[in-house]
Amino acid sequence: MGAFFTSRIVSDILIGAAQGVLVGLIALSLVLIWQSTHVLNFAQGAMAMFAAFCGMTMLEHGLNYWVCVLISLVAAMLLGGVTERVLVRPLYGKAEINSIVVMVGFLGILESGASSIWSGMARQLTSPLSQTYFTLGSKTLYLSPFSLFQIGSALTLMLGVAALFRFTKIGLQLRASALAPEVSRLLGVRVSRMLTLGWIISSAVGAFAAIIIATSGSGLFPSNMDGFFVFGFIAAAIGGLESPGGAILAGLLIGIIQTFVADYLSPSWVAFTPVLILVLSQLVRPAGIFTKNTTRRL
Amino acid sequence: MQISNLTVRYGAIEAIRDVTFTAMPSRITAVLGANGAGKTTLLRTISGLVQPASGSIVIEGVELIGRATDDIARLGVGHVPEGRGVIAEFTVEENLRLGAMAFDIDLAAGLDEQYQQFPVLGERRKQYASTLSGGERQMLAMARALIAQPRLLLLDEPSLGLAPLVAAELMTTIRELCATKNLSVLLVEQNAKGALRIADDAVVLSVGRVVANGSAAEVASDDQLRQYYLGLVQ
Repeated sequence: MGAFFTSRIVSDILIGAAQGVLVGLIALSLVLIWQSTHVLNFAQGAMAMFAAFCGMTMLEHGLNYWVCVLISLVAAMLLGGVTERVLVRPLYGKAEINSIVVMVGFLGILESGASSIWSGMARQLTSPLSQTYFTLGSKTLYLSPFSLFQIGSALTLMLGVAALFRFTKIGLQLRASALAPEVSRLLGVRVSRMLTLGWIISSAVGAFAAIIIATSGSGLFPSNMDGFFVFGFIAAAIGGLESPGGAILAGLLIGIIQTFVADYLSPSWVAFTPVLILVLSQLVRPAGIFTKNTTRRL
Repeated sequence: MQISNLTVRYGAIEAIRDVTFTAMPSRITAVLGANGAGKTTLLRTISGLVQPASGSIVIEGVELIGRATDDIARLGVGHVPEGRGVIAEFTVEENLRLGAMAFDIDLAAGLDEQYQQFPVLGERRKQYASTLSGGERQMLAMARALIAQPRLLLLDEPSLGLAPLVAAELMTTIRELCATKNLSVLLVEQNAKGALRIADDAVVLSVGRVVANGSAAEVASDDQLRQYYLGLVQ
């Protein structure tokens, strides 16, 4: 049994899953904003980075890791809410290119602002959980207490968001506000509050991913969420922009396939692989693998 | 509901011109007129979706002009828009739950009541609204507005696209609801004959102006007015 869990295939799956959930979380945050306001937020990764840096600054003042995580999440929620109210709201009903231009501009402002405030150097959070892999006898199981937390918390977050949207009053109103804002208003739903709430939740999910990246990898620097944004966007498109679960699962899939490609083919193909998966999935199911509708509003 | 000197403009075009009439409580008031007469604009203005240039809309002493649409809905104004506005991606029950959400009502009792009123919705409660027929969608849109127990119901072309028999049944249902729920209804219809059959009062609009306002029987018997709501004269 131990040989199975430490086999090359299972090792690749575990390593890929830990990376894939991060892509999945960014994808989930993009889907949440798309679902609530039909805006593709090009600044999602930068907003997550900025919020994470706010919390990381507090760590330098001697605060506990988990308190810093909480501060980052609160900063992300504030940033998400203010962004929706100030930058995005005036763009509703206008051509979609307007929101794309504004959010790309905001991405630049956040990244250059972060470089000015915190420098362009990578900053790392010290993990409170061990990142040393478990061993089974003399063999290594490519899973550490922190990667277990990473995978478990991402999946819990996904289930929580899915439950919020599916089973709660707020979730029903969030979905209705995105799908049919005028009808929702006629039914007494406070649509503008729901749109802001969608951005708040989404920003918190993105910031959580940025914190994990800052803790697990080689640190976080102002522009290194750009790559995660691209992969997250690809995952969201593969899973279906209307499907939070699909986004996480597609992110997982991308992470695992990338690890297999790096291990069995060549690490130089890793960046190309998600694009290839996207092209193939679009040929088979253009609306996304997990989307019920066969047409997609773009 | 008292509407006084209401004028709505879309740019330079006056969609509604100095409209004044009163819709009496617990009665059906039909709003008739040809295409472009301003019927839908009138309902959208009452619901706050369109802001008028001038005028007043008062319900039970409360001025609606300047209020947000969701506030107006919470004051007890239900609006079933043209094209029905059911959310196709939601199940029948989710659509109904959404209708009840903003209001302090017993959801289970509200759902039971609507399923009794419209049994086909009960049979299809777990189905997506996209799978319903036109008539069933209309019933769902009405049930979704009714579950909130509105005092005034605005119905915009409820019989549009329905088979004549289904449309006639729907009109009968509207009449029954008005009588049993003590509900005031403002009924916009191009099917003037069907609307006048169930209405107590009628307002005829032509190019945004009120050209007649009286009992449904009077309007129905006036051949000259018929020319207006059939669009033969403006």
